[in-house]
Amino acid sequence: MRGAIKKELREGNVRIPSGCAISGIFSKIGKRFNGNDIIKSIATMHDRSNGLGGGFAAYGIYPEYRELFALHIFYDDFRAKENAEAFIKEWFDIEDMSEIATRKTPLITDEPIIWRYFVKPAAARMKESGLDEMDYAARHIIHVNSEIQGAYVFSSGKNMGAFKAVGFPEDVGDFYKLEEYEGHCWIAHGRYPTNTPGWWGGAHPFAMLNCAVVHNGEISSYDANRRYIEMFGYKCDLLTDTEVITYIIDYLHRKLGLSLEETAAVMAAPFWSEIDRMPEEKKRKFTYLRNAFSSLLVTGPFSILVGFENGMMALGDRLKLRSMVVAEKGDLFYAASEECAIRVIEPDIEGVWAPGAGEAVIVMSNGGNV
Amino acid sequence: MKRIYVNEKWCLACHLCEYYCAYANSGQKDMVKALQGVRINPRIQIEEDGGVSFAVSCRHCDEPLCLKGCITGALSLDDGVIKVDEKKCVGCYTCILSCPYGAIMPSASGSAVQKCELCLENSAGEPACVKGCPNRAIVYEERV
Amino acid sequence: MRFIYPDYEISRNLSRCIVCRACERQCSNDAHGYDEDTEKMFAIDENCVNCHRCVSICPTRALKIVKTDNTFRENNNWKVDIIKDIYRQAESGGVLLSSMGNSKDYPIYFDKLLINASQVTNPSIDPLREPMETRVFLGKKPQAIERGPDGSLLDNAPPQLELDVPVMFSAMSYGSISYTAHECLARASQKLGIYYNTGEGGLHEDFYQYGANTIVQVASGRFGVHTNYLNAGAAVEIKMGQGAKPGIGGHLPGAKTVGDISRTRMIPIGSDAISPAPHHDIYSIEDLRQLVYSLKEATDYKKPVIVKIAAVHNVAAIASGIARSGADIVAIDGFRGGTGAAPSRILNNVGIPIELALASVDQRLRDEGIRNEVSVVVGGSVRSSSDIVKAIALGADAVYIATSALIAIGCHLCRSCHQGRCNWGIATQRPDLVRRLNPEIGFQRLVNLITAWKHEIKEMLGGMGINSIEALRGNRLMLRGIGLNENELRILGVKHAGE
Repeated sequence: MRGAIKKELREGNVRIPSGCAISGIFSKIGKRFNGNDIIKSIATMHDRSNGLGGGFAAYGIYPEYRELFALHIFYDDFRAKENAEAFIKEWFDIEDMSEIATRKTPLITDEPIIWRYFVKPAAARMKESGLDEMDYAARHIIHVNSEIQGAYVFSSGKNMGAFKAVGFPEDVGDFYKLEEYEGHCWIAHGRYPTNTPGWWGGAHPFAMLNCAVVHNGEISSYDANRRYIEMFGYKCDLLTDTEVITYIIDYLHRKLGLSLEETAAVMAAPFWSEIDRMPEEKKRKFTYLRNAFSSLLVTGPFSILVGFENGMMALGDRLKLRSMVVAEKGDLFYAASEECAIRVIEPDIEGVWAPGAGEAVIVMSNGGNV
Repeated sequence: MKRIYVNEKWCLACHLCEYYCAYANSGQKDMVKALQGVRINPRIQIEEDGGVSFAVSCRHCDEPLCLKGCITGALSLDDGVIKVDEKKCVGCYTCILSCPYGAIMPSASGSAVQKCELCLENSAGEPACVKGCPNRAIVYEERV
Repeated sequence: MRFIYPDYEISRNLSRCIVCRACERQCSNDAHGYDEDTEKMFAIDENCVNCHRCVSICPTRALKIVKTDNTFRENNNWKVDIIKDIYRQAESGGVLLSSMGNSKDYPIYFDKLLINASQVTNPSIDPLREPMETRVFLGKKPQAIERGPDGSLLDNAPPQLELDVPVMFSAMSYGSISYTAHECLARASQKLGIYYNTGEGGLHEDFYQYGANTIVQVASGRFGVHTNYLNAGAAVEIKMGQGAKPGIGGHLPGAKTVGDISRTRMIPIGSDAISPAPHHDIYSIEDLRQLVYSLKEATDYKKPVIVKIAAVHNVAAIASGIARSGADIVAIDGFRGGTGAAPSRILNNVGIPIELALASVDQRLRDEGIRNEVSVVVGGSVRSSSDIVKAIALGADAVYIATSALIAIGCHLCRSCHQGRCNWGIATQRPDLVRRLNPEIGFQRLVNLITAWKHEIKEMLGGMGINSIEALRGNRLMLRGIGLNENELRILGVKHAGE
């Protein structure tokens, strides 16, 4: 029974506040490991989700196609698939395509048609557009999602992929056979929406090109952020916090060239009372960032994990209204909503700490730059 | 020492200070009862001429001429405030003649004098003219 | 024969009157008198403008003003005001004048918008316990970042105005209001960390000391405009129009052009200061651009330039043009905006509500991707802190208030400013009346008002789970309409309550 959820109740037609669990594991030396640990971690926080959405993003899983965009697409029906594929073929060269392998489980139902494509922009078309590769890909992915009925690109980065569904996250992991993928960075999400649409596309992580975000919270600045970011070519189709947060990060970090630390200073800005006490040079910088990008200040409770091609950022809101702890052991960095989610996979870890309000914790692969 | 000062720049010549003064010294609890049908005899009075106006009341001078002239000791300087003891006053009006500001006047009975005592002795507790002035043209403050 | 019975009657409770004559002394309209023979007060109702000076000052509460119950035969078409206007014009042959804003019964959209609050899914924030920020910057925002050789961010932001709370006192000229009223506004702005606006009457030399909190206006009459003036303020505002009288310029009768006003405006004593309806050097948008840049040249590109327009039918397109003209801030004045004097027909019939104008301007600027090019300031009857919250959620960066500010310092909205006899010392130049407004009192009342509003804004922000006002700007999901039709909801960009 595909596409059975009433369209008007889907994300994008109604704004749904939600609570959540998040977890992430990152190897600073790029050592790859399969999805078992992250599933175990997120499953520990079972009670933080309610079975209406779970998902994962993994980096480093497609080394053989590292130069290609890996598109993961949900289709409601075959007509949507035909339309989307026609569009993709027009704008991209498809190097490989196949249905994403899944495992039948009674706990995951109503699955859409799920396909994966490894593509690169059609060279002539891209040259004609005058856009760089990232902007070109972003523009056409946004087009599929907003214009092609029944098709939804839920992952579009290089050498990475998002896997998500309606269900508890551990069942979603099982469904996608994540034990068969090996990546150096994993993030996971268990969702607790306060409404019951549960559309697969609305599950998290939200992924945009190489950036994938999992988020726990409900931001009060949503519409201010959305209406601002949409000026720059983004379309917030899902009306979810995670979507707009992802676009903000994409805009500030990738498009404008702010560092992650500067991006965090915009999104979870220090209070003026703190800025006013800073040394002159620092004060000037933080004042500039708050003023120049004031509409991208995110208020209300959130803790997010952001995955990149070579790093991970953990960021909490400026009042620390959502829990999040981080820890390190050896080359591995852990972040999760609750400490138990780290200890379940690394029982004798030491020095688990809770980053302060608005404090960005950024870890990069060895030699990587923020 | 807090004194009453006037800012003639802000005086509107509304004469309300006179009425609040008369009321404060009437001993009545209701202004209407105190003042209706009464020709008031206030201890503060508005002087006005040519568009300039200001309220005049006792300055509570450091070296008061009225005190020097008082023949019965009815006037006293008590903690910076010049007070009149009506029981001792015989109504000779020497103080009225000697006050350079015209701030002392006969009381309603005519047998004694009256003057501003900063509402310390009546029910107002603080100068009623100051409290009632609609434009803060009369102030009660410390000045050096 | 007198066709018109007075609108208001002075009701004196003789059992309370103590005949102190304060009412008589304080009424510049000679509505009160004293009869030596009977030793009683009397009233002349037709002189009364219902300004409440006597009511407020009467020490025994013996006075009140009541609406007359004298009536015409009831008629829903020919209402009392309409009949009286005809009588007046049949007598005078003149244009009807009135003051302050549009007083007619049009919808007030602020009153049909409701504000959100957090429950369960995210926490409300307590402003008594957590920081709650109301600071805003007005001005063009940088389009791209620039870095120095060491990689540090360069401050490439064009000039900005910094406000502690997103409220400014809008333009009221020295001339239309008194010296003391200007002093109240200037000192309150300095104390509050906001700005007041000179209007088109120039800047009195005594007030140059408040320049850091002053917006200097350049209007079509160019009264009082010179280089020092332009550089004295924190920003320069080009007044293209005002909400009270879109399409016409300011008028100051010669009787008000006295003393300092003539010097400040740089016009002869006693001459009428009639601002042209348009700027005669701006007949199109490209001309505006030239004036914007002329003013920027004159101020060395150090001060933001504001362009103020009245909210008229095509306001979104006009604002878009202004955003592309080089202006840093666009100020929009709704049809309820106040004035010292305007033809009544224009006051009551021209222009559109600020809420609708704001919503369509903000959306248009976003649709065109140029919302960052200008800050949007709105005025025209912002009456309370909740109006401010709603305006910001609709998309404003800050608001302009004027009528609210005047009410705070004593205005009782008798709408008789044009007569020049303001009993409260605000809209007058008569020295005996001007000094009724002691700036020491007025300034503190303005500070109190804005401080109170700031507290209320913080409470409402906290309720919504927002701890900085910039996260409210354009955050229309925080609003719901009530009793609005689909067109109104669409233009305002809000859902109906319950949706």
